[in-house]
Amino acid sequence: MKSLAELAAIRERMQSKVNIRENNASMRIVVGMATCGISAGARPVLNAFVEGVANAGLSNKATVSQTGCIGICQYEPVVEVYNGDEKVTYVNMTPEKVAKVIEDHIKNGKVVAEYTIGAATK
Amino acid sequence: MIRTHVLICGGTGCTSSGSMKIGDKLELEIAAKGLQDEVKVVRTGCFGLCALGPVMIVYPEGTFYCNVKIDDVEEIVEEHLLKGRPVDRLVHKDVDEDVIKAKSLEETNFYKKQIRVALRNCGVIDPEQIDEYIAMDGYQALGKCLTEYTPEQVIQVVTDSGLRGRGGGGFPTGRKWSLTAPNKAPQKYVVCNADEGDPGAFMDRSVLEGDPHSIIEAMAICGYAIGATKGYVYVRAEYPIAVRRLQIAIDQAREYGLLGKDIFGSGFDFDMEIRLGAGAFVCGEETALMTSIEGNRGEPRPRPPYPAVKGLYGSPTVENNVETFANIPQIILKGAEWFASMGTEKSKGTKVFALGGKITNTGLVEIPMGTTLREIIDEIGGGVPNGKKFKAAQTGGPSGGCIPASLIDTEVDYDNLVAMGCMMGSGGLIVMDEDTCMVDMAKFFLEFTVDESCGKCTPCRVGTKRLLEMLEKITSGNGTLEDIDKLEELCNYIKANSLCGLGQTAPNPVLSTLKFFRDEYVAHVVDKKCPAGVCKDLLTFYIEPEKCKGCTKCMRNCPVNAISGSVKVPHVIDTDKCIKCGACIDNCAFKAIIKR
Repeated sequence: MKSLAELAAIRERMQSKVNIRENNASMRIVVGMATCGISAGARPVLNAFVEGVANAGLSNKATVSQTGCIGICQYEPVVEVYNGDEKVTYVNMTPEKVAKVIEDHIKNGKVVAEYTIGAATK
Repeated sequence: MIRTHVLICGGTGCTSSGSMKIGDKLELEIAAKGLQDEVKVVRTGCFGLCALGPVMIVYPEGTFYCNVKIDDVEEIVEEHLLKGRPVDRLVHKDVDEDVIKAKSLEETNFYKKQIRVALRNCGVIDPEQIDEYIAMDGYQALGKCLTEYTPEQVIQVVTDSGLRGRGGGGFPTGRKWSLTAPNKAPQKYVVCNADEGDPGAFMDRSVLEGDPHSIIEAMAICGYAIGATKGYVYVRAEYPIAVRRLQIAIDQAREYGLLGKDIFGSGFDFDMEIRLGAGAFVCGEETALMTSIEGNRGEPRPRPPYPAVKGLYGSPTVENNVETFANIPQIILKGAEWFASMGTEKSKGTKVFALGGKITNTGLVEIPMGTTLREIIDEIGGGVPNGKKFKAAQTGGPSGGCIPASLIDTEVDYDNLVAMGCMMGSGGLIVMDEDTCMVDMAKFFLEFTVDESCGKCTPCRVGTKRLLEMLEKITSGNGTLEDIDKLEELCNYIKANSLCGLGQTAPNPVLSTLKFFRDEYVAHVVDKKCPAGVCKDLLTFYIEPEKCKGCTKCMRNCPVNAISGSVKVPHVIDTDKCIKCGACIDNCAFKAIIKR
């Protein structure tokens, strides 16, 4: 290594890999991963979120984690997005739906209303 | 894509309770569940809460597990990593809580008040991966110094920050550097003192184990500032994990060109090596340490000339302690004002303390200078266990003194401690409860210094030995009031006449206990009693007849058959035969046996 630019490049590349440990992102994406969630296909959804958030460069803004049974098994896979006190519950999620949630909600702050529990129970 | 990091402590404390095996088992279980592409296991340095080891953190949630056993691994993987349900029974609870309030590390009482500067990467990064250090702004400070600052400017920043030596003396680091820089010589040296010798202090080891690159970076910065191209880390061979990780780090830094010739294309050369010490306490003294690096017997030499003029191999040398160096990169990056905004008027920044003794949360804490002893012990340390009363805290190890309970609201910094007859030392803080005899404690530290005195100067070699004999006379019940006065006189003589810091500070434990606990010394010589019930020669064991049920358990457990009696009749101890081992007390279910 002969320049600061090279150092900066390593830093850039590595930061997305360790900032998961900083625990200071403002948004939390929580995927329900109990037996019901897993059998309904929560695992691909979880992976889609993990990859999507990292690829969109949003690792500093949102963390992706999992939780147990949320209690509405008929709507699994269920994903909850926390932003401060606000909570949005997305239901019947698929890896395909994940991209839109990341783009609209996580990146631009616009809730994807048609995927939420409100739309599903109408 | 990795979604979860499981950080497991690879410091010496947790390693000795099996954290490495737990890490291996974790990886096996994770692979068995097919999660190896989603979950990564990272072995870090010390988290600080050694009392609860092995400890583990799962990110991004920040779930903090403690006392993890190898048998718990399967459950953690199955429940938490696979199904997202934290294993509540292993999650850390604060002492006064019945329910889990703090789910993450930062929310616990132990961490809440801490500000981590020297320890900032310990327990956060994998110390064997230089890339992880770089991700945490590693080597940015070195880059900044080499490309933006002149050596004079670097020294100015360190001077302005108010950083003082963390190894014990508290000498201003900036001044040390500025005294060395102007001295012309073909070769100058940077030496890192990692010969952590105080019993109970282990912060330097933890920094080397958890964040070795910060020391390499800081030494290179120091080299640039003073015009040195060669560095040595003097570390004791008793720290195998620290030595191994530091060597890995040096090799990686060389490979990246962060050590070696023409660093960052600036024309500045710097390289360093490790020198192993054999663990002699005196080698923590700067001149003895340099003598030892040179391959000679580790003995101090008189100063002046100071190392700034004539140090290692007769060349100008800066020697700083590990924790001092660990602060440097952060000071360069965040600025002198940031560092100086923490702490008290004359003691800036933070200090790492190793909490030990009679305290719930044994471990490492880093707090701003000026935090009160009460906050350290009661809030961060979780208080004295088993409902016992706090009696005193010993700081500075065998060179320091004690702070009695009456001064628990003192703000801890260099000058307040010195005013009390203590010293900061390297930051060992040993908590003592009502069951500790202060005379016995002073004797313990004297035994240590007698052992560790290098023997070069008479006041230390002979004086400490005589001191110890006087203390033994007192604790065996043969002392007189005159002995206490003589003890004090000899202490002051050793202090004034010894060659190096070891001897000059060796009487401190005696002087400070005499200052605050003179009544205990008097009780030993006048009443022939040890108030804390520690000094065996001054105790007799006695069975209270009204409490004794005559169960014969003590009789059966006495190794010297000193207890006699028959079933259901109160027993009696033959004090001539009794060796005061305490086996009877441990075995008595009725608390009928007392020491008096």
